[in-house]
Order: sequence, then C-alpha cells, then structure tokens
Amino acid sequence: MIRWLLLLLGGVLLGGVVHLATVIILPRTATQDAYARLTPIAPVNTVVALPLPSPEKAVMPFMDPAFASAVCRYDLSEGPLKLTVPVSPAYTSVSFYTRHDVAYYAINDRAAGRRVIELDLMTAAQHEQVPEDEEITAADRLIVESPTPTGVIAIRAMAPEPGLMPVALGAVAASRCVRQTEPARTKK
Amino acid sequence: MRLLTGTLFALAVATFVGLGMTYFALSRGAAFGALPIESWVAWPKTGTVDADPYARASIARAGRLPVALGDGVSFTVQADDNGKLLDGRCDIVLSGITPAARFWTLTLYNNDGDLIANSINRYGFTSEEIVRRADGNFEIVVAPRANPGNWLPTGGIERYQLVLRLYDTAVGVSTKAGREVPMPAISTRSCP
Repeated sequence: MIRWLLLLLGGVLLGGVVHLATVIILPRTATQDAYARLTPIAPVNTVVALPLPSPEKAVMPFMDPAFASAVCRYDLSEGPLKLTVPVSPAYTSVSFYTRHDVAYYAINDRAAGRRVIELDLMTAAQHEQVPEDEEITAADRLIVESPTPTGVIAIRAMAPEPGLMPVALGAVAASRCVRQTEPARTKK
Repeated sequence: MRLLTGTLFALAVATFVGLGMTYFALSRGAAFGALPIESWVAWPKTGTVDADPYARASIARAGRLPVALGDGVSFTVQADDNGKLLDGRCDIVLSGITPAARFWTLTLYNNDGDLIANSINRYGFTSEEIVRRADGNFEIVVAPRANPGNWLPTGGIERYQLVLRLYDTAVGVSTKAGREVPMPAISTRSCP
C-alpha cells in the first residue's frame, strides 16, 4: 500500500515536470500560431492587408472588427527594414511581435507625433553597425531593435464608425515595409 | 515485474497529471500578473516581452496576436457580476463608464474567438458609436432580440465573452483595481 502511495507521489511530482516542460516547449511546436497562420498569405518583407474579420472567417481569432489591419512578416537576415505608416484620422498603431508572437514594442500615432509613422527595424547586431554620426544626424529617425531575426509587424487603423472603414483601410494599404536597399554604413 | 508495473504506473500518473495540468491551464487562459477589476480581467503583461511561459503558450495555442501594451489593454468578461456565465439567450445589461482611454471597443466573441453572425452585422461597439446619457454613463443591452438603445446582438448562442479593449490608455502593468479604473457593471436582466 505504502509502495503504491509513494509511486503515486512520484508520478505526481514527475507530472509537474512534464507540465512545465510542455508549457515551455509549446510555443516552439505550435503549428497554428499567429505567425503560421500568416505565413501562407503574407510574403516576407511586404505589407499585406488582412481581410476584415467576419463570423465566417478570420485570419486569427480575437481580431478587433473596428480595425483595418495589415501585417508585414519580416526577415532581417538580409538587412534592416524601413517601415512607413501614414496615420489615419482616428487612431493608428504599429505593434511588433517576435517569431513566437510576443509583443516587444508598440507605438501609436500620438506617440509618433506626426502624420507618418516612420521607423527602422533592425537586429541588435545591425544596430551596432550603424555609425554613430549617422545616428546623430538622423536624430528624428526612430530605431526599433528586434530580439529575433524574424517576426511580424501589425499595422492597425481604427474606424470609429463603420462609415470610416474605407479611410482606415486606405491608411493601412498605403503602409510600406521595405528592406533598406543601401546599407546604412556605406552612406556618406 | 513489480518494478516494471510500479514504473509504468508512476509514468502513467505523470503523463496524466502533466498533460492534464497543461491542458487545463491553457484552456483557462491562465497566466501570472492578472489584473481583475470587478468581473473583468486583463493580463497587461501578456502584451510585453515580460510575458510569462503560460501567457506565451496560450498565445501560441490560440493563434492570436495579443494587444501590445504600448497599443492598449484588453479586458475580458465571461460571467456577470453575480458569477453567472454570460448566456446569449438572456438579456444582459452593461452599464457605467470605462477607464480613461483615447478610444475603446467592445466586441462579442464565442469562446474560440470568432465573431457571431447576426441580422444587423454588428459585432461590437466603439467609444464613438455609443449613445450615452447626459452624465456620460452608457448602457449596452447584450441580447438575442432587438432592443432600443445600444443593442449588441448575441445571435442566441449559449456561451460568449465580451472583450473591452482600451486604446492609448494609462491602464497597464502598474495599475491597481480601484477608483481610477471603473469598469462597466454587468447584470443579467431577464432570461427566457
């Protein structure tokens, strides 16, 4: 009897280890996470407008139907990325996610403080290579460091009422994310 | 033989307990750093790099992109103020005000995060659309059949959840429940 109780206790303790291990491993093995859902519809380093969510179909669960959204699935291995998002009249935000859909940075139109949100996305290693003088002359240039070489940028513009949805769709459709053709360090 | 059966027994218990706990934790959406305000709950930390392993796992399992903290905060409610699960066949009233935010949206989802089909194609309200009383308070009726005022249709489904997203708000990781963060009260008015 005691033997079985000890085995049961051992099993429960081991179960705790199994539980923690599965929770930690799950994000790496998930086949239907947001990044995987976006992969077939969003080519790398291009802004792709997402269809508005409807009861029949939505790219991802829990999308806000009051927002027009677009994504840029990025890969920084070839160089930094330049992102330009025109601000819509109501509310516009740009959120950055790692490959495993963890949000690491977000900025909205008011924080950006101008009509167009412009920023450079690069890895920490690429940031180190930006010459210092360049960084000073481009003081108004916002640099965001990505913790992973790949990830997703979500661009979202709000339509406070349904009649304003075309304006919001226009704002996200006019967004651009392009690889910087000329590496920053060769510029004079 | 005794050793073998004993080991198999312990391993079976470990598998059952371990996977069971993982399933339970993720289907409940458990994570640390919950910010419960009345019946509502938010996980502001889930929208940051400090998201804990439970938050990361439930994000990956759901396949969603969480609201980033610099963007806003998302509050969810699944039961009324008396603890009764929200029922789409009942008339449920949300009343009061929301914490200060530049904009907010209220959206109705089923428990898988899908929008619910309805006759007027209304899936939620934004802070601009809502009809308020003179004192700034509002009342939203979440019900299967048309109601005067702010009516949010449920499509008659049994279980649903409401998500209140505050955009450009001071509510965040350091927020404590209290006077500065008033959430709308939720009550079940009538059930068929």
